[in-house]
Amino acid sequence: MTLSLLMLLAAALFCTGLFGVLTQQSVVMLMMGLELMIGAVILAAAAAWRHLAPANADGQVVVILAVTAMALEMAVGFAVVTALFRTGEKDLTDQAAELRG
Amino acid sequence: MLSAVLAWVLALCAVTAGVLVFRFDSMARATFALLASLLCVAGEVLLLGLQYLGVVIVLMMTIEMAVMAVFMIMFMMNPAGLMPMAMLHNTRAAAALCAALFALLATGVLTADWPRATGRPPADPTFELGMSLMGPQILTMMTLGTALFATIVATVVLATRRGRYDRWGDDLRAARPDDPARGGVGR
Repeated sequence: MTLSLLMLLAAALFCTGLFGVLTQQSVVMLMMGLELMIGAVILAAAAAWRHLAPANADGQVVVILAVTAMALEMAVGFAVVTALFRTGEKDLTDQAAELRG
Repeated sequence: MLSAVLAWVLALCAVTAGVLVFRFDSMARATFALLASLLCVAGEVLLLGLQYLGVVIVLMMTIEMAVMAVFMIMFMMNPAGLMPMAMLHNTRAAAALCAALFALLATGVLTADWPRATGRPPADPTFELGMSLMGPQILTMMTLGTALFATIVATVVLATRRGRYDRWGDDLRAARPDDPARGGVGR
């Protein structure tokens, strides 16, 4: 596949994930949208490494960065969901609005 | 030729599974659709020649989605499909926004004057990655390590029901712990 096609694929995955983040009511489902968006970043970084600068390992480092961000996002996300549910039986995004400005 | 066909199949599967994540009304099914989508992404990474990173993504996603399935079942809005309900809100505006963003990104991708590849892929990209992380990119590696450690602390703090600050006050100087029930060794 060419670079443009891979980037289009990444854009499609990113926008699908963004749709999930914006529409899902459940906090856990919202995190699944975030995972999909970071998956798109991984794909774009790998494609950029292969098609733009394969001799340099920086593209691979971006993939490592995105994979780590995914793991951290999930760990902290689940901890926040657990804490929210414990304080007020909240598992929907609309209920968790204490910090609304 | 075979890898080109495989790349197309994986690409179509990735997008289809990604869309299905938000079409299923069962959160458990959505988890496995997300797993399928991310495994397709890992397949594309493998096809691009990054064997090590591809396998890392496969292993990580499989474990991550297994953990996620447990949380899904804990926080499921529609257990076993017994309580059909809309899990979405603000669908129309979000769809318009995402379509506009995709159009913008696609325009950028298709009209950009991409530079030509410099150099050839090394014989062993994993070796290059290791040398890079332990050499010029050591700051990235250290930042990631610190972030992982901070995550461990943050998750433990968030997941603790009653910590020492709840028991001994904010300055940890209470004469006796504020416990809901007396007990322990003569307290």
